[in-house]
Amino acid sequence: MQWETVIGLEVHVQLATKSKIFSGSSTAFGAPPNTQANAVDLALPGTLPVANEQAFHSAILFGLAVNAEIERRSVFERKNYFYPDLPKGYQTTQLAAPIVGEGSIEINTGTDNQTSRHIRIHHAHLEEDAGKSLHEDFHGMSGIDLNRAGTPLIEIVSEPDMRNAEEAVAYLKKIHAIVTYLGISDGDMSQGSLRCDANVSVRPMGSDTLGTRTETKNLNSFRFIEKAINVEVARQIDLIEDGGEVVQETRLYDSDKNETRSMRSKEEANDYRYFPCPDLLPVVIEQKTIESLRQKMPELPDQKRARFETQYELSGYDASLLCESRELADYFEQVAENCGDAKLAANWVMGELSAYLNKENLFISQSQVSAAALGQLISRIDDQTISGKIAKKVFESMCESGDEPDKIIAQQGLKQVSDSGAIEAMVQEVIDNSEAQVLQYLAAEPDKRKKLLGYFVGQVMKVSKGQANPGEVNRILAEKLK
Amino acid sequence: MNKAKAMSNNQALHQLSLCALREGLDSKQFSSRELTEYFLSRIDQHDGEYNSFITVTPEPALAAADAADRRIASGEQNALLGIPMAQKDIFCTQGVRTSCGSKMLDNFLPPYDATVVAQMQQAGAVTLGKTNMDEFAMGSSNETSFYGKVKNPWDTNTVPGGSSGGSAAAVAARLVPAATGTDTGGSIRQPAALCGITGLKPTYGRVSRYGMIAFASSLDQGGPMTRSAEDAALMLNAMAGHDPRDSTSAALSCPDFCDGLEQDIRDLRIGVPKEYFDDRLDSEMAGAVREALTELEKLGATLVDVELPNSALSVPAYYVIAPAEASSNLSRFDGVRYGYRCEDPQDLEDMYTRTRSEGFGDEVKRRILVGAYALSAGYYDAYYRKAQQVRRLIKDDFDRAFEKVDVIAGPTCPSPAFRFGEKQSDPVAMYLEDIYTIAVNLAGLPGMSVPAGMINNMPVGLQLIGKHFDEATILRVAHQYQRATDWHTRSPVE
Repeated sequence: MQWETVIGLEVHVQLATKSKIFSGSSTAFGAPPNTQANAVDLALPGTLPVANEQAFHSAILFGLAVNAEIERRSVFERKNYFYPDLPKGYQTTQLAAPIVGEGSIEINTGTDNQTSRHIRIHHAHLEEDAGKSLHEDFHGMSGIDLNRAGTPLIEIVSEPDMRNAEEAVAYLKKIHAIVTYLGISDGDMSQGSLRCDANVSVRPMGSDTLGTRTETKNLNSFRFIEKAINVEVARQIDLIEDGGEVVQETRLYDSDKNETRSMRSKEEANDYRYFPCPDLLPVVIEQKTIESLRQKMPELPDQKRARFETQYELSGYDASLLCESRELADYFEQVAENCGDAKLAANWVMGELSAYLNKENLFISQSQVSAAALGQLISRIDDQTISGKIAKKVFESMCESGDEPDKIIAQQGLKQVSDSGAIEAMVQEVIDNSEAQVLQYLAAEPDKRKKLLGYFVGQVMKVSKGQANPGEVNRILAEKLK
Repeated sequence: MNKAKAMSNNQALHQLSLCALREGLDSKQFSSRELTEYFLSRIDQHDGEYNSFITVTPEPALAAADAADRRIASGEQNALLGIPMAQKDIFCTQGVRTSCGSKMLDNFLPPYDATVVAQMQQAGAVTLGKTNMDEFAMGSSNETSFYGKVKNPWDTNTVPGGSSGGSAAAVAARLVPAATGTDTGGSIRQPAALCGITGLKPTYGRVSRYGMIAFASSLDQGGPMTRSAEDAALMLNAMAGHDPRDSTSAALSCPDFCDGLEQDIRDLRIGVPKEYFDDRLDSEMAGAVREALTELEKLGATLVDVELPNSALSVPAYYVIAPAEASSNLSRFDGVRYGYRCEDPQDLEDMYTRTRSEGFGDEVKRRILVGAYALSAGYYDAYYRKAQQVRRLIKDDFDRAFEKVDVIAGPTCPSPAFRFGEKQSDPVAMYLEDIYTIAVNLAGLPGMSVPAGMINNMPVGLQLIGKHFDEATILRVAHQYQRATDWHTRSPVE
């Protein structure tokens, strides 16, 4: 039987506010345990929460970016359960009246990134993060670190609109791009700034009823999300085809074993006893607040992509890749402006630069090669100071030393030889040493000659150590071999 | 101290009002240190009989008194400067045990002061200690305290009321000139009535809840427990005000609550709800309250019949909403970060279960169970949502009544102080102690109880209910009543 996969995602985004959602403690990552937890975060008796206005503004910006209704009156509720890293014994979150209502985003998939899909967002709500339980190094006991407790999150809940892992990843990448473009989150998945739970079910192709879903937790990289969904889909299909039934449950993805395993079933699920938090009054967002935030909206990924296609005449594919992150897009624009050749700039940013960053595992902000330097390098190709091939060599030196390309070209004597006398001498030397090839060339049909000419070009470039102007070499060779 | 005792028209120091104490301090008849030593020694001598204090703090009190004396000497004017006070043990006090009447917090030393405590300290009040209370403020008789029951100074075989029974008894027994209380369903007004003192529950949002250990967040409100309305106004001036750390605190400026106390009440219409004179009201109590109403009429106020048709629903609605909120508020007492933790826990589940089973008393457990049940899946609509709808109806009743009148008056509670054990085995009978006070919390209104008679030498309380944020008018009615009567000056002690 043909199966269709149905995926909905719940994405938790940590907001980059200076202080926590209900207290004045810092949200900075990596401090020694419990040094960023004050009386409110520790839930000392008598303490009370005060909502962080900045967190609301961040959520509203997100809502505007996904064309959602901004609920004018939003209510915090308490989700009650006991856990040692949940100091109050409840999480303050939103349920019936979330800050962001229905919205949607467009994602692009397929080999050319040109297949567009519309993914609906059910709602997004504000809530507080829990602390962390540490189970190692405590001799059979657990340690509790409450630095993270109270960090503001928005939870973005999609409709079950995705049909495969690739779409899920594209959706998540788009969410990542939107929140980082907006500057409301650092989007750093390695530090848990963006986390994802996947609701996955399968159904016979063509069916319009949903199958029983499982919720897979602990997905903290794009790669794991893709793998986890794929193994979970395969598990469900195997199960059904073997005559079994999918059980509604929460599952955990184990990246070491690349499998999902059951965490708790629906029956074991907590009764969270939600009710409106009496310590926080409903928050009413005024229209003028929404409008003033709308004025501050930066250019969003889709807008930037469209502009790149028209302004720089890039392909849709190139534009969408460049716009995946705001830093990458900004970097590209600086390179393009510096060298005036957007097409070449795009190729270099997506090619050599991305390869270098991946290899060294660097963020673009940590690159040794500045946008200005890369622009200068491309200018040297355009003005024929160096060839494209030499440019790659220069780029490698730039990555190592951080020096400017002009300095490297001068120091290493890489300037391209365009002097026709010098090139002519090198061409003559090659022809003199290649009697057999010359005879073969001259005997060949005119349409085969082009291919054979490549041999001579290669030899000349070798003699010139790659520095001969390839155009000149071709022209002179063609003349001499007439 | 002998010098102090002989002061002020030969009245003993402990019988003086806050105003009289102020005069004595300002005119250097006695110092704050003398006053503080005097009341500390009264507590030392007499509290064995009443058990109204959980913790007495002589050293910080004397240090605060000396600081106050220096401020007085430098010419500072402040109504409470140098005056001894007590804090209900529900208000967090930095470095001083704050138990909330529970074993759970027997070892809890808060690292911070509640806003109310900080404000009173700033005003220069001298805290003598922390008063006894029903565990987590859950009770109407002070029998649920981990630290033992408080006795009513008028008859030590009877209850002082609750949950602020320690504060009420301490003020009634003249162990302290004034104390703070908190009121979730009547916990200031009912013990004030039973002990024959003046107690004011301000409008919800008037006094900061920051640092006041939560019972039911949407109902809890701190307020003064004093010997007169005038004293209550002085104390409210120090306690009230917007607190940015409490989101439910009203962003309103406060009037001087002493202004206008002297104005007569001939312009006022006072509503008398017939529902407050039902068959649950003790007949002698009804007579005493009617007499007090007649007194108000004599003072020029107009009595008007009003209806509060949903009054009967207030107790059932309250006993869904308050336990629901409490079940969540008390989840933080889990043995993880502070407070009681059971011995030698085997695992997490065991730690939670035994910590909470051993740390909480029966009444607290009962309310946690009731509250968790009311919020659970499948019951939420039938209980919690329904109770919130009833709450709305009760609020609407008051709104309609207040279209016709300025103040509503009636009994504070159905009968005078009862004997220990009388209602302890029957929770519903105990809950009905608050039938006339609970609706005021549900509606968020200000209410107070003033002494208004005696039945068999036990005090009777008259309840005055005001419009939202109109504490000033009920204080005025109470003060004018107290100018015309002397019930508030009656004292169970010499």
